[in-house]
Amino acid sequence: MVAAIIEACDLVKRFDGLTAVDHISFAVPEGVVFGFLGPNGAGKTTTVKMLTTVLSPSDGRLRVAGHDPVKEPLLVRRAFGIVFQDPSLDGELTAAENMELHGVLYRVPRAERRERIETLLRFVGLWERRDDYVKRFSGGMRRRLEIARALQHRPRILFLDEPTAGLDPQTRNQIWEFIRGLCRDERVTVFFTTHYMEEAERVADQIAVIDHGRIVAQGTAAALRQETGGRTLEDAFIALTGRSIREADATPIDRMRRVRQVWLGRR
Amino acid sequence: MNAVFILWLRQLKLYSRSRARMIGALGQPILFLLALGFGLGPIFARAGRGDYVQFLTPGIVSMGILFAAVFSGIGIVWDRHFGFLKETLVAPVSRLEIVLGRTLGSATVALIQGSIVFLICFAAGFRPAQPLLLPVAPMFMALIAIMGAAIGTAVGSVLQDMQGFPLIMNFIVLPLFFFSSALFPVPDLPGAVWLAVRLNPLSYGVDGLRGAVSGGFVFGIATDFAVLGGLAVILLAVGAYLFSKIEV
Repeated sequence: MVAAIIEACDLVKRFDGLTAVDHISFAVPEGVVFGFLGPNGAGKTTTVKMLTTVLSPSDGRLRVAGHDPVKEPLLVRRAFGIVFQDPSLDGELTAAENMELHGVLYRVPRAERRERIETLLRFVGLWERRDDYVKRFSGGMRRRLEIARALQHRPRILFLDEPTAGLDPQTRNQIWEFIRGLCRDERVTVFFTTHYMEEAERVADQIAVIDHGRIVAQGTAAALRQETGGRTLEDAFIALTGRSIREADATPIDRMRRVRQVWLGRR
Repeated sequence: MNAVFILWLRQLKLYSRSRARMIGALGQPILFLLALGFGLGPIFARAGRGDYVQFLTPGIVSMGILFAAVFSGIGIVWDRHFGFLKETLVAPVSRLEIVLGRTLGSATVALIQGSIVFLICFAAGFRPAQPLLLPVAPMFMALIAIMGAAIGTAVGSVLQDMQGFPLIMNFIVLPLFFFSSALFPVPDLPGAVWLAVRLNPLSYGVDGLRGAVSGGFVFGIATDFAVLGGLAVILLAVGAYLFSKIEV
């Protein structure tokens, strides 16, 4: 039995009146690829935010890489890399500058920073484009850059919040090849959320399904299929979470994006 | 290199790369300088107040700095919008370092912008009256820049999107400018306006700068420096506090 690198025990998050995460418990063993699945608004992103010190839990215990995200946020932050659901690059900087900025923020020593930036950018195929502004990059290139950036400081855990949302199948495939290759080489534990079931089935060693803030099933993809009698993980997912369509509220940022779209007709 | 420095550097890079922003931000002060400086100049002279461009220059420079600083500070909203803010908020550095780097970067950008405005005023005929006091000018310019950047940071931390921006412009930035001593001599103003001017922090910046380059402090150099310096520190603290409360 490998020690758990992420442990959640009776984790709760309430936003005035609404319980987004409702007493969930799970453990992620070191070195595995862990898929966190659920319909829109099920509590996936809220959970990732608590694990990554961005939100503090209302109740329950959490340990990430041996530390408490609430009491020792800086130690936890040093131990993980994250690719957010939405883009988080600075488009006005070049690829290399985005990497450099990250390295400095994470206190990667200068010599190591140079070496890491070159290795990782070469691996994701962006070394030749290192001096180009990120605003000129395609969605797939940005994702690759974000993955390379998240691994620069040699984290023990890589969080990926819907890493392939909005990308075409070719790009999704390629992104997962990069993630798997890099994480094998660097021996990183991967915690990802997605709602592409076939993707989860293919890459995840272990899966937890969350719905309405509660974990409704845990195990390998094969075990979940068996449990629900579904032919694919997607069948299992629908058996577990039902067929109704979920509406998530738009955040002010989403609303602003929409306004910007109207004004500028892009993005 | 540390976090404060790299975030400071980023603000400078963003500024130097956006020529549109640089030129756009110069438009307003130049417009004021030309329209008011030359439009009201003859009346000012006839009222026995001397050369209006000479009087107006410190006000226009202060305006250029204030506007550039607030705009740049409010850039937090865009960072939030484009997602870059998250990258800094999950990094293993304190929020204080992030907010300091950003705010000082914005202040530096504003200082550069203000210096360009100064050169333009020079081209328009402005000449410093007391060369000896000239070295004091950058100090006041820097304080105005820090104050403005801190206001921008504070507001940018609270704003959820840019919809509130006109509100900030019309109810904070423009009143600060108009109810200061930037455009008109203050001692003989009606009581209420005089009070507004005295309560306005920018007045002390304009007064300090005007005393340094054109001559004639109204509040006195020590008062100007104390009020402005104290306020810059307080506003920095407020900005840092509001920034630390951001949730993404």
